[in-house]
Formats: sequence, C-alpha cells, structure tokens
Amino acid sequence: MIWQLDIMFLVLVVISAIASVNVKDLLSSAILLGAYSFLMCLLWIEMGAVDVAFTEAAVGAGISTAFFIGFIFQTTRRTKD
Amino acid sequence: MDTMQFIIGKFNYWIYIVLMMIGFYAMIAKRNLVKKIVGMNIFQTAIILFFISTSSKKGGATIPIIQGGHGDAAGHVIDAAQYLNPLPHVLMLTAIVVMVSTFGVALALLIMIYREYRTFEEDEIYETLEVMRLKK
Repeated sequence: MIWQLDIMFLVLVVISAIASVNVKDLLSSAILLGAYSFLMCLLWIEMGAVDVAFTEAAVGAGISTAFFIGFIFQTTRRTKD
Repeated sequence: MDTMQFIIGKFNYWIYIVLMMIGFYAMIAKRNLVKKIVGMNIFQTAIILFFISTSSKKGGATIPIIQGGHGDAAGHVIDAAQYLNPLPHVLMLTAIVVMVSTFGVALALLIMIYREYRTFEEDEIYETLEVMRLKK
C-alpha cells in the first residue's frame, strides 16, 4: 500500500463522485460514474485486492456504464438537478 | 502528534464516510430519479471501499498465495503479516455483483416510468398524477 497513490486516487474518486451527482446532463453523469468506478478499481489494485478490482473493472465500470448509456438512448438526457 | 497520526493513518475511512454521505445526499435531496440511482451506486461502492480498507496492510502484503506451500517445503510456519485477509475480498465480490444487478433492475423500472410519464423529475410526475386524479 503506497500512501501517496492512495491519497491521490481517493481525492480523484471524491471529485468524480461529486461531479457525477451534480452535473446537469445524464449522459455526462453516466460517463463520470464510469470514471468513478474505474478510479475505485485502481484504488483496490493499489490496496492489494486484485480479485475485487478486476470484477469492478469488468462489471462496475464496463457493463453498468454500457447499461446506463443504452438506457439514456432509450429515454432522455434531460435533468433539472 | 498522536491525533494527527490517527487522522492521516485512517484516511481511507474518512473518505469512505465522505463518499457515503455524497451518495446519501443524492438519494435524498435530488429530485431526478436517475440521480437517485447514481447516488445509490456511490453509496454501495463506498461500503465496498470500507470493507477492502479493513483487509489492507502496510508493508507490501499480498494476496494469500503461499510461497513454497507445496512439495517438500510444505508445512512451514506462515507469517500472517505478509498476507492480506481474503475474507472481505470474497464478501465484496458478491456485493459488486448485487450492486450491478440492482442497477440494471432499477434502470428497467425507470424505462417503464419514462414510457408512462415522459419525464424523470419527481415534481412533474406528481403533477401528471394530480391531473389524472382530477380527470376521474
């Protein structure tokens, strides 16, 4: 566990979480949530949990972003908050 | 000095609380249904971060694949400080799969809501419901 990397990833994770909650467009929210999941996966590799990290990269960052983008093309991007 | 070390040494846990509260805020305060789902996802990942942090160790510990564990050298004493605790990892693998399936089901339900009301905003859905109630 390298604490400099740890703190860097944690700060980036918090920034992307806040951005994905507050952005005024659902497609941007989907992309930022994918970035959030991928940064979380890097954090877990850095903590030594490789099995959790690759599951998160495949399922959390990959499949759920694909689901979300497909969902937005089925419906709408509009959001008020 | 001791308190500073306590704060910096438990950095992961502070960030876990911050992330959990961001997710909780999004679930409660946002009026858009999709934003609520995003908040739920962030909440769940924060809990996974907490569990993985409990199993991590300083000083280059790795996953428990024991060196020299087979063959003639087998049966030696294991130094537990060199290996991570694998139990939280296994629990959180299940949690990730559950997280993605709840996300998928929630999106399917939201597609049905969109076909009915043509919007994701809670206040507009309430307005439509009110109009439908008055028509009856």
